[in-house]
Amino acid sequence: MALDTVANAAAHPEVVQPWRELGLKEDEYARINEILGRRPTASELAMYSVMWSEHCSYKSSKVHLKQFGEKAPHSDALLVGIGENAGVVDIGQGYAVTFKIESHNHPSFVEPYQGAATGVGGIVRDILTMGARPIAVMDPLRFGPADAPDTHRVLPGIVAGVGGYGNCLGLPNIGGEVVFDATYAGNPLVNALCVGVMRHEDIKLATAHGTGNLVVLFGAKTGGDGIGGVSVLASETFASGKAAKRPSVQVGDPFAEKVLIECSLEIFAEDLVVGIQDLGGAGLSCATSELASAGSGGMSIQLEKVPLRDPSLSPEEILMSESQERMCAIIEPAKLARFMQICKKWDVTATVIGEVTEGTRLEITFNGELIVDVPPRTVAHDGPVYNRPIAKPAYLDSLTPTSLPAVDSADAIKSELLKLISSPNIADKSWVTDQYDRYVQGNSVLAQPEDSGMVRIDEKTNLGVAISTDANARWSYLDPYNGAKLALLESCRNIATTGAKPLAVTNCLNFGSPEDPGVMWQFAETVRGLADICLEMGLPVTGGNVSFYNQTGSVAILPTPVIGVLGVIQDVTTRTKMGIPAAGLQIFQLGNTADNFSGSEWAHLYGQMGDHAPTPDIAAEVRLINLLLEAQPLFESAHDLSDGGLAAALTEATLRNGVGATISLPGEYIPGGVAAALFSETPGRVLITVDPKNHEALATLATKYEVPMHELGITGGDSLVINEAVIPLTELRTAHTETLPRLFG
Amino acid sequence: MATIVVEVMLKPEILDPQGQAVAAALPRLGFTFAKAVRQGKRFEIEVEGTPTAAQLADIEKAAETLLSNPVIETYLVKVEA
Repeated sequence: MALDTVANAAAHPEVVQPWRELGLKEDEYARINEILGRRPTASELAMYSVMWSEHCSYKSSKVHLKQFGEKAPHSDALLVGIGENAGVVDIGQGYAVTFKIESHNHPSFVEPYQGAATGVGGIVRDILTMGARPIAVMDPLRFGPADAPDTHRVLPGIVAGVGGYGNCLGLPNIGGEVVFDATYAGNPLVNALCVGVMRHEDIKLATAHGTGNLVVLFGAKTGGDGIGGVSVLASETFASGKAAKRPSVQVGDPFAEKVLIECSLEIFAEDLVVGIQDLGGAGLSCATSELASAGSGGMSIQLEKVPLRDPSLSPEEILMSESQERMCAIIEPAKLARFMQICKKWDVTATVIGEVTEGTRLEITFNGELIVDVPPRTVAHDGPVYNRPIAKPAYLDSLTPTSLPAVDSADAIKSELLKLISSPNIADKSWVTDQYDRYVQGNSVLAQPEDSGMVRIDEKTNLGVAISTDANARWSYLDPYNGAKLALLESCRNIATTGAKPLAVTNCLNFGSPEDPGVMWQFAETVRGLADICLEMGLPVTGGNVSFYNQTGSVAILPTPVIGVLGVIQDVTTRTKMGIPAAGLQIFQLGNTADNFSGSEWAHLYGQMGDHAPTPDIAAEVRLINLLLEAQPLFESAHDLSDGGLAAALTEATLRNGVGATISLPGEYIPGGVAAALFSETPGRVLITVDPKNHEALATLATKYEVPMHELGITGGDSLVINEAVIPLTELRTAHTETLPRLFG
Repeated sequence: MATIVVEVMLKPEILDPQGQAVAAALPRLGFTFAKAVRQGKRFEIEVEGTPTAAQLADIEKAAETLLSNPVIETYLVKVEA
């Protein structure tokens, strides 16, 4: 096939182009023609189509996401905000931390192991690109019903992929979630979070400044991986199912990534780059256009210089390839020799593929022929923006309240509790997390199943960071505005429960098709709720990711905004763990219980959704967080009450160290009685144990912060005793731990 | 008794980190002949007597569902005496 050059495109406007197959709409194609003043070349069409896809352009979400800017709270901690590869926050002592969460849902459905593995690889490179050393990862995962055949196809591969890639990189996996729900059948959610640390002065940005500076591609060679992965995989549903010319699967090579990390960090340490960008979705199309448009605009690239693994690739394919473990750097010519020396030391292929030019055009040639000549901003940032129709979904008018059995006898307490804590969503997740290395690097302070993951940043001062990811998709389904708020509040509470102070927010918003007005309403409400709560809590959003088209046929997934909150702890040795450490401690519940069964795990067991999400009491949550932080030295253990309510929290807290507890539930003052006391998921509650000698000091602080404190009982023994129900810990442990191995082992 | 051999290879366009590692190791050991290396796997399945058409069909099915990952791999079934 003859090369479609710019001259050819100008001379032959009549050529029919496959814009529709590439996912572009008619008006979008017309707009490209208008921008260029001619039809695009095949290579330009490839670039626009992939960069204007939902995944890269955020065309459906942009109009809503701008609220994060408009409602941004003032924060001294925010060093780099939304828009760069990842946001950066100041954690004190000269350290800056960058963290971000992204989705890799569709690729993980197609090829579970490689999809999940390259999801980890991609987010790690995003963090690296900011100049930071990646120090930990987390993976919130969501699957269809635990007994569904497709779950058995995807779950083992996804878990193995997360573990395989992360373990090879030597990054501890310190937490995440594993959730099962029917709506994720055929649409598993694989979200990956990475956190990295650097000194303030080491922050790097994705920008191409300085005429004459060189564009260098380094890392793995370019192959046919994931061509069209972005536009086809992430933006269209699988129903289209056309046989692709190239497979849309990227294969990761974690060892190559490890070498790339060390090589890049050595290059950063010698301050050899002007700007840097990783190659992820949309590959070179994305990296060149984003680097150029963030700089002065001009860049010329000689595409034939790109080192290829597969020499048969056409220029369009080279531009669209999503081969993993590649980076693109802008380097002053005087520093090139040293740069190349370092790459050689690490056995990393590095090639000059172009330079920054004076003009404002991104020009790409292939063997001397001009095949791309575009204003880079039009590719990277001026994509289409849709204000899609929004309509409150009809299902919200036909919700029914929960109708659940009374729990009024010792037998009922025991059987309902065992049923709940052995259900896949509440059961022990060790089968999954044991496949991850959570201690590598020797800085892991807390990891799953603790409330938040925590890593030490400085060995001398013991400064550390804690991270938690949370979402309650059923609450978001019932009330997306409050659902998003509740997810963020839960995340903050998890951070504070371990003793860290919430500092910044990232998010991964997983939704169905934006072309469905009901889904779009869920999305708009979620973003509005999230922006409001961040403003109310004074927490900056540092960045995030939107994943649309998570649906099978007309069934969308539950709206799933996964919220990640990062907190700072001055001395990690003071952190609070969730497990009851000894006998003879008093057990208290901080916060009040109401009958919040809608969206709860207990109602889910009975196949009920309920009719409303709890209304968040932000002032009460802030007071609780402040109490948790000030009273931390008084706690022997602390555990957030969330999924599965008090029943799940007591199970986890007693089993952690095998110390039992005797609980007497008052029941009568709680609407819903003992059932609510045990299974309601009222937000804003924490289970704590204290030494009796500290009781008074704690009570004084609780009064100061106006946090209700209820004495539940005392620790000790080898059973969990609730009123008259006696559950031996051995029986509790069997019920809690055997579910996942039975299903997947 | 016959041996049915199933050879599984990554599709040519799929990255093969193991093959690359072998290709990089060869010259270090003084073997300079290789331009590229791809690594695959080979299964030898023994059956009684000459395999029947039904058995071969079963093996094909097993190759597609268990022995290979058709998303990223190809397989070839051969009968060896």
